[in-house]
Amino acid sequence: MESVADKETASSINAEPAISVGNVGQLAIDLIISTLKIPKVGYFYTDCLVPMVGSNPYETDEENAKELCTNAEVYALPSQKLAVLQLRSLVIKKKSKSFRQALVSWIKRCAFARVILLSSCHAYHRDDTQLFGTPFRYLVTPALQKSVADVLKELEWKEMEKVSSYPGLNDNEKRVFIPGGGFTKRFYDDCCLEDLQMAVVLKFCSEGDNVPDAFSLLNQVNEWLHLVASTNGDVLAKWKAPGSWRLLFGSGLPAAIF
Amino acid sequence: MATFFGEVQSVFSRAVDEDDEEEEGEEEEEDREIIAELERKREVHVTWNPEVTAAIESSPNRRLPCSNVILSVGDNATGFVSSYILSSGSWEVCGSITLWNERCRDCNPRKDSLPAPSSCTFYRSITDPTVLLCQCNSYIAEDQLFQWCEKVFGSLEKSSLNVTVLSTCPVSEYKTPESTYSLPVPFLKALRTSEYREEVPCPLLEQPNIADGLPAAVLTYCQVWQIPAVFYRCYTDLSKLDSITIDAFRPLLSCQRMSRLAADSAKIQETLRKTVKSSEIQSNLYI
Repeated sequence: MESVADKETASSINAEPAISVGNVGQLAIDLIISTLKIPKVGYFYTDCLVPMVGSNPYETDEENAKELCTNAEVYALPSQKLAVLQLRSLVIKKKSKSFRQALVSWIKRCAFARVILLSSCHAYHRDDTQLFGTPFRYLVTPALQKSVADVLKELEWKEMEKVSSYPGLNDNEKRVFIPGGGFTKRFYDDCCLEDLQMAVVLKFCSEGDNVPDAFSLLNQVNEWLHLVASTNGDVLAKWKAPGSWRLLFGSGLPAAIF
Repeated sequence: MATFFGEVQSVFSRAVDEDDEEEEGEEEEEDREIIAELERKREVHVTWNPEVTAAIESSPNRRLPCSNVILSVGDNATGFVSSYILSSGSWEVCGSITLWNERCRDCNPRKDSLPAPSSCTFYRSITDPTVLLCQCNSYIAEDQLFQWCEKVFGSLEKSSLNVTVLSTCPVSEYKTPESTYSLPVPFLKALRTSEYREEVPCPLLEQPNIADGLPAAVLTYCQVWQIPAVFYRCYTDLSKLDSITIDAFRPLLSCQRMSRLAADSAKIQETLRKTVKSSEIQSNLYI
């Protein structure tokens, strides 16, 4: 409903996650904030997300570990013209539309130059042609198309294939289809309507340990946005996983069971 | 598309499997009416006593002057507040919250001193009317939490407000590198907003542990509106009301803010016995 952010975010790139299969977008955003040590500048205060609180997920010392984190927070790095929104809980049922409206009006108010949505899509929904080659896809709004078409072509990125609205009956009418992508598709549609410069970068994946998916999605995004300098060595080494990723699979086991 | 047996089928449709999100904008007029009706039914209603209403209306910005709110959520936290604080007798019921959801259908507040099942009741200190207690035993649905905070804190003066939240959580949800099996339960953990500067009598809740529900909603509200707030969460292995879990909250009374509210020990013991016994009797089929 209400959002808070710094004026310094104007004309920056805004990266944000979709709440989608395997939480890949959210994990990737965690990596960006943790690696670039981006300071928190505000909250996205909304009635559309399930409330949650915890200690600072990106703690580096005893003092900053005590800070409180909430379900939606804004981080900004004015020197790199980068603003990041992290979402840490689910969208409440029936509030998806108002959440997207709040996001769009916040993006407009902050005057972000570009919006990058990190997302994922059910791997089991791929068709035969999608099974081969890269698992990454992108979508860009018409407003962004002109300025990035050449870059994306050079990178040899693949656009998300459209599917027939009425398969077998009429193959002329096609539409974007992102199963498991949460609000990705509708948010993309909203951004098209609002003439915003927005891109979706997603990966086909399945639920499980999605940490590797987050790393690879981010490496893909980094080829385009150059968030961190790429080295020729191990590509995974340059991203720093936050402390909050500990115990992803629960607590330790009682010694007596062995 | 090839099937398991290798035949190739020309028709390939997953259009019926459109994402789990609800279809929007295609509802009929009747559906919209039902949705609007349901939304009205799920609204959170805060009711204050006539004296409190008068105090709100007479204050300059139509907010109740308030220095301290202590909110307890769940059987054990409300049990602690009723036996250690409310039993002093210097409290009066000053308001209540009624709400309706799938797990809380009958939420009419009770006016006696014990926290009513499935209701939120506000108490005001007779000696210091700026101190409020809120005893909450009812389930509050996810879509009602934001509204709950906006409505309750919307009618309170925030300039010198301090908020304390108490609740319990099963120890099995506590994430630690060791096994939770070997942890000495019950134990307290705290979370606080940036504005909260006082000493906390227990360790802070460390990552990757998180909290949700009403305490999370209240803490988020306080963090965004820069209100000093602290949340004490007691991890316990008992889900019902019991005196050991209630006692685990006792370190809180070492804080000056809470210690001045504590009842005298004779009254505490008496109420504690009564509270625990009444719940035991209710839970035993053979008495």
